[in-house]
Amino acid sequence: MNEINRSGWRPAMGEAGAAADGIVTTTGNRGLQLEEGLIFEIGNLDHCGVDFDDDDGGESLEGLPFRRSAPVDLPGLSEPEAVRHYTRLSRQNYAIDLGLFPLGSCTMKHNPRLDEKVARMPGFADVHPLQPQQTVQGALKVMEELAQWLITLTGMAGVAMTPKAGAHGELCGLLCIRAALEARGDAREVILVPESAHGTNPATAAFAGYRVENIPATADGRVDVAALTARLGPDVAGVMITNPNTCGLFERDLKTIADAVHAAGGFVYCDGANFNAIVGRVRPGDLGVDAMHINLHKTFSTPHGGGGPGSGPVVLSEALAPFAPLPFTTRLADGSVRLIEEENAGEDHPQAFGRMCAFHGQMGMYSRALAYILSHGADGLRQVSGDAVLNANYVLRSLEDVLDAPFGAAGPCMHEALFSDDGFADGFSTLDLAKGLIDEGYHPMTVYFPLVVHGAMLVEPTETESKGGLDQFIGAMRSLAERAKAGDPMLKSAPHLAPRRRLDETLAARKPKLVWPKQA
Amino acid sequence: MPRYFTKDHEWIEVEGDTATVGITDYAQSQLGDITFVELPDAGASVGKGDSASVVDSVKAASDVYAPVSGTVTEGNGALEEEPELVNSDAEGAGWLWRMTLSDSGELADLMDENAYKAFVAEL
Repeated sequence: MNEINRSGWRPAMGEAGAAADGIVTTTGNRGLQLEEGLIFEIGNLDHCGVDFDDDDGGESLEGLPFRRSAPVDLPGLSEPEAVRHYTRLSRQNYAIDLGLFPLGSCTMKHNPRLDEKVARMPGFADVHPLQPQQTVQGALKVMEELAQWLITLTGMAGVAMTPKAGAHGELCGLLCIRAALEARGDAREVILVPESAHGTNPATAAFAGYRVENIPATADGRVDVAALTARLGPDVAGVMITNPNTCGLFERDLKTIADAVHAAGGFVYCDGANFNAIVGRVRPGDLGVDAMHINLHKTFSTPHGGGGPGSGPVVLSEALAPFAPLPFTTRLADGSVRLIEEENAGEDHPQAFGRMCAFHGQMGMYSRALAYILSHGADGLRQVSGDAVLNANYVLRSLEDVLDAPFGAAGPCMHEALFSDDGFADGFSTLDLAKGLIDEGYHPMTVYFPLVVHGAMLVEPTETESKGGLDQFIGAMRSLAERAKAGDPMLKSAPHLAPRRRLDETLAARKPKLVWPKQA
Repeated sequence: MPRYFTKDHEWIEVEGDTATVGITDYAQSQLGDITFVELPDAGASVGKGDSASVVDSVKAASDVYAPVSGTVTEGNGALEEEPELVNSDAEGAGWLWRMTLSDSGELADLMDENAYKAFVAEL
């Protein structure tokens, strides 16, 4: 235990400060790769880093009942100490701005700086949702114009802009379905969810009060159409299908499925989280979709993976659009934009089911998404999906001779390439390969998802990677796959070069330490 | 005491009209280290094929389905402190819940040990 890790709160690195070549430093730092303690270890609980005025000239707090009687035990740091602490921690992080981030199902793509610049313009960044509407016409026009783009790109009748992320959008879509069914006095109880759908889908359906029934996948990784249509009936409110699905495949039978669901009186929800694979090429409205959320934070830039915020507008068919939640924008004859809210919904939007959030949604995401759409143009958006699919297929075909690709024979994949651990040496798993990827300088891909594939490795390179960048990643993956198949013991203990060696994930889950114990 | 198995990798051991249920050793080996087990409440009635319990591992959260219909009489409280029992002794001390059977005829749909072994060998 060295000076940096003095409370022993964090997992030990083995020999403190020992690099892979055995050099031990006294500080725990390795060259300019800096070790960093907890803020409680660095800061002094008895000190304060800020110089408060002893007498602020105001009323004395002496004797007031809410005056604190014991110290709060916050670590006191000076400003440079605090800045260095967080900067050092950020240097131990991996980010999309450092390199390829192949996390499947997450669309970790480059976030154009132009969109950031637009989002920071004061007319978008510094407005308040309760400002009079005539003072925020620019921001409202961005919302209205973005809404029209989303409707056009998806071929749908309407859009509910306010949901704040993908799963929130799913809930909004299902509440629209529920409202539409209730409006016709049709109490249906079941939502069908195929195995190839996103994991949030069954959770959303259950949260919306529906009973979830699973539909199996076929051997080629798509929805079993026969099983799904056989289950349809007067109790089925709808189906939730992810397209492209979590196996990275296009659900080519979606139109057939939608026709069957509609004939049985149900609705089709499409999880559009993977819209970046089809934008500009497929309009979900043409496939019979009734509701689909679009993750603005995945398809249309915005910082993703940094804790949000997200934004998940839901496009709606003619049958569901009247039930969309408030508020939303409408353009008046004089060109100005007005918000439809409770006060004026009676005339324009009487069937709205309520609200998904207090105000108008994520303004910062709207401005970024519209900037992304306008800077790419229609042809650019079409190239986005083309490049996303091309890059994923390049990864798939470059690695299928060393890694098992369970659906490789099913034709081209969409935006992500899926591999299994079939062929690894005894005792070697997907986890070992993922940890080896850290030594190679990459954030690991998504592992053990989707569940239908043994030891799944889901790689989504996204459209923003160059061929050179992909070739380097493929080279790393080839080498790791060969080591996993040969049973290289050094891979079993990877990572060796990261700030921490392999962490005990089981212990962390079983006995998590969530509170720093105050040192005597 | 006869022991039966499901295609979802649960085992059930029947003694009179009560039974003990768990997941198989094959299931725990596929799940990896178990970190948490959500047990059914005593008195809960479960239908054959209903999700009765959830097993969390470092890889995934997996439903455990009731092999037959009946009423839960107790959950294995030892798993609250030591979920690792499911890894070390899945078909013994790592049992999940005990239940009464409402229709012992449902057992006829399940596999015996040899049939389950053959089923796993095919996977």
